[in-house]
Amino acid sequence: MLASVHHILPLTTITRERILPTAGTVLARLNQKVGPGDIIAEAKWAREHVLLDIASMLNLPINAADKLLKCKVGDLIAAGQEVAVGSGLFPRSVRTPREGRVVATGGGKVMLEVGETKFELRAGIPGTVMQLIPNRGAVIQTAGALIQGMWGNGRIDSGLLINLAEKPDSIITSARLDVSLRGSIILGGICKDAETLQAAAELPARGLILSSLFPSLLPLAREMRYPILVTDGFGTLPMNSVAYRLLSSSAKRDATLNAEVYDRYSGARPEIIIPLPVSQSSAVPVDLLMFEPGQQVRVRRPPATGAIGTLVSIRSGMTVLPSGLRASAADVKLESGVTIIVPLVNIEVVG
Amino acid sequence: MATSLVEGESLLALDVGASNTRAVLFDIVEGEYRFVAAGHSPSTAEAPIKDVSEGARNAISTLQNVTGRTLLDESRGLIAPAQADGSGVDALVVTLSAGPTLKAVVVGLLSDVSLESARRLTQTIYARVVDSIGLNDRRRADQQIDGLLRICPDVIVITGGTDGGASRSIQKMLEPVGLASYLMPQEKRPTVLYAGNQKMEAEVKALLASHTASLHFSPNVRPSLQTEDLEPAARELARIYVGIRKKQLHGVDLLDIWSNGHIFPTGYATGRMMRFLSKVYSTTKGILSVDLGASATVISAGFNGKSTLGVYPQFGLGESLSGLLQYTSLDDILRWSSLDISTGVLRDYLYQKSLYPSTIPATKEDQVIAQVVARQALALAVQTAARDFPRSLTTLKSGLLPIFEPIIAGGGALSGGAGPGHSLILLLNALQPVGVTTIILDQNNLLPLLGAAASRNNLLPVQVLDSGAFLSVGTVVSPVVSANYGAPILKARLTYEDGTESRVDVKFGNIEMLPLASGQAANLTLRPLSRSNVGFGPGHGGTIPVSGGALGVVFDGRGRPVQLPDDSVRRRELIKKWHWTLGEQ
Repeated sequence: MLASVHHILPLTTITRERILPTAGTVLARLNQKVGPGDIIAEAKWAREHVLLDIASMLNLPINAADKLLKCKVGDLIAAGQEVAVGSGLFPRSVRTPREGRVVATGGGKVMLEVGETKFELRAGIPGTVMQLIPNRGAVIQTAGALIQGMWGNGRIDSGLLINLAEKPDSIITSARLDVSLRGSIILGGICKDAETLQAAAELPARGLILSSLFPSLLPLAREMRYPILVTDGFGTLPMNSVAYRLLSSSAKRDATLNAEVYDRYSGARPEIIIPLPVSQSSAVPVDLLMFEPGQQVRVRRPPATGAIGTLVSIRSGMTVLPSGLRASAADVKLESGVTIIVPLVNIEVVG
Repeated sequence: MATSLVEGESLLALDVGASNTRAVLFDIVEGEYRFVAAGHSPSTAEAPIKDVSEGARNAISTLQNVTGRTLLDESRGLIAPAQADGSGVDALVVTLSAGPTLKAVVVGLLSDVSLESARRLTQTIYARVVDSIGLNDRRRADQQIDGLLRICPDVIVITGGTDGGASRSIQKMLEPVGLASYLMPQEKRPTVLYAGNQKMEAEVKALLASHTASLHFSPNVRPSLQTEDLEPAARELARIYVGIRKKQLHGVDLLDIWSNGHIFPTGYATGRMMRFLSKVYSTTKGILSVDLGASATVISAGFNGKSTLGVYPQFGLGESLSGLLQYTSLDDILRWSSLDISTGVLRDYLYQKSLYPSTIPATKEDQVIAQVVARQALALAVQTAARDFPRSLTTLKSGLLPIFEPIIAGGGALSGGAGPGHSLILLLNALQPVGVTTIILDQNNLLPLLGAAASRNNLLPVQVLDSGAFLSVGTVVSPVVSANYGAPILKARLTYEDGTESRVDVKFGNIEMLPLASGQAANLTLRPLSRSNVGFGPGHGGTIPVSGGALGVVFDGRGRPVQLPDDSVRRRELIKKWHWTLGEQ
């Protein structure tokens, strides 16, 4: 059976495509070395539109109104500028209420886009630009440690990784967050309260890595302007031992926290990248494996949610589980030494 | 659609779901179509494979192993038609529910007329209505445009106006749609279905054709104010759904080629089958189908050759579970639990399960949580669907489900259960059927596949239905009555074909069973007490023929609606007792 693979790798080659949400200008150059905060592409778009019903405002038939327009598509119009003038002894005129660019005319109407904003796409990871994607972005490659998470709040930032989690099931509280942590990425643990998230924002921290988060805090976590990544799930789950060992041993290193929103269809996942100097290229992560004895696996559901173990054997046929359900299953020896029977759909390979 | 009259045509049906892909083989056995075997494999719509055809091939491979029949060639292509050496199949049909829920915008005139029809139409596919534009919309046109640009809908359904009726108002509604589509990048433009005033077709084309991903027309869903006819538009919307999926999901185009275009949204295929079954049963009662899947809960009711269909992604048991609390509370879900489970544990379950939709309960406690969550999702879906049930259906008391005969249940949460008792208690608790009804378990989830198969071969569904591929759980008698706990409410006598009898006195608050094996028939005499109503009127009884099932004849004496005790210890003991009665430990 095909296995899901969850990447927690001490050293690997990481290649990421970074693209704009809409067409724009690519600023990066091929083979350019970039830092995570470097802007590699930008796009401009308008958040709002203004539709001026000229025919109605001048009380004219559509065709007549179209003939009176004083602007065309692409024109930049200042606030208060005339866009159409009627005829007669005392002609009425139509002025635009806001500055904007004409995007459509016709049917007796003029539409402007207003409130133009610029979207800047940052590299996200330190590395080398391997490929340019015209009008959209670039492909960047680096080498280092990669730790995937389960949930992210959509933000991205980089900083020094500071470990506040003494053990995998540590609980992070606002009392632990002092000014010395300003600008760092904090390895926390279980987060149970809103004060902790607010305190990290006030520092401000560059990021927060949590093993688990209370579901009730999700709306607030989404609002935070710094990246928050959850490694194991929701509630009070400790950090899986593989991620904890790698992250805690990487303290004081520069890390990039890309708390991308998990998208099961595109494969986008929140992730932590810890760049490492390498003399030769390292292996590329394998995304697809078949279950095999000897693999390191992570259990995704009770009775051992989040636990790391070794796949001992895959059972033949269907196994009746304590729940009463029948499923393809495996014997998994947990780090505690206990061997449990787990349905294959409830485990993922770690590697 | 063309009907195949080719004798002995073997048919492979693929169901590409959010979690699993199934390959099901139907073939002629002893002169009649039979369900032969099924193969399963995890679906591969998601990363890293991102190609649904891979999961389909894997499921077909499993089917090959089960049947010993070669269906794929060396390059893993489908062998079609069937070869002289016995390999391959003659035809393929596909049902599809994998993929992210589509974002839909409905556009119409009056909120309780055309917009309501558009909403009903949209819920025949796996879509969520994210905005609606109508005459009562107070937003300015540019605000509507900005709304559409923010949402970037996959599909826009436009209704409104009776044929030959209002046109200026519709034109006003079309403008924001056309302008917003024009402003969107080419690859993000929506597909538009126009199902309104047919006299407007030329104007709609002129306004929208060049700005949308594709523009489709169907007959008016409201040809007159009093008439609603969703079926032609639903057929077109099903085609649109498949078209959008072709763009979104790799491999759908290949399955479309393999199946020669016989690919349908799973829920829509279920609706087709229900329409067909309602003709076959042709009783005054309706028939009901419920399907509890990962991508959606699908409720379809058939009556007199017509059907209603509701596809509810918000009540699916997969990635949308974290949103279930928008419609219910943790306490309401846990009221049906036989174990003492905290609200925190349940909340964590909902969010964790939405991260890993394909996982299954391995422990008893996890199974209990999964069951109460499934119950709540099904109950909410049925309550929502009931708004669209025809008023003509027989009801015993307002606020309760109409009498359905039979009720067909499928989907992972029901068919993958630990046994018929597990499925039946979930159904009884969620649906709370009334009167006398037969519960049929679609244990192989064949119903939508038969609906799809009917597009190629209309003999196949009939013969497969008669072949015993569905599991009859039993006949359920559910009196509508209010009484004190333990008060006698019904006396029942089951007279078997050999003349022997079994009797039971049903007391309020209890579930009782009388044995009647599958394939056996008997006469059931019911004598209601305390003015309980089993469908003959309050206090009236009668004798009816019943057929057997895995659990025989089940008497649900809990009254309707089921009132659970407020005391949590007593409530859990009672729930455990009900589960034990039906053989679920």
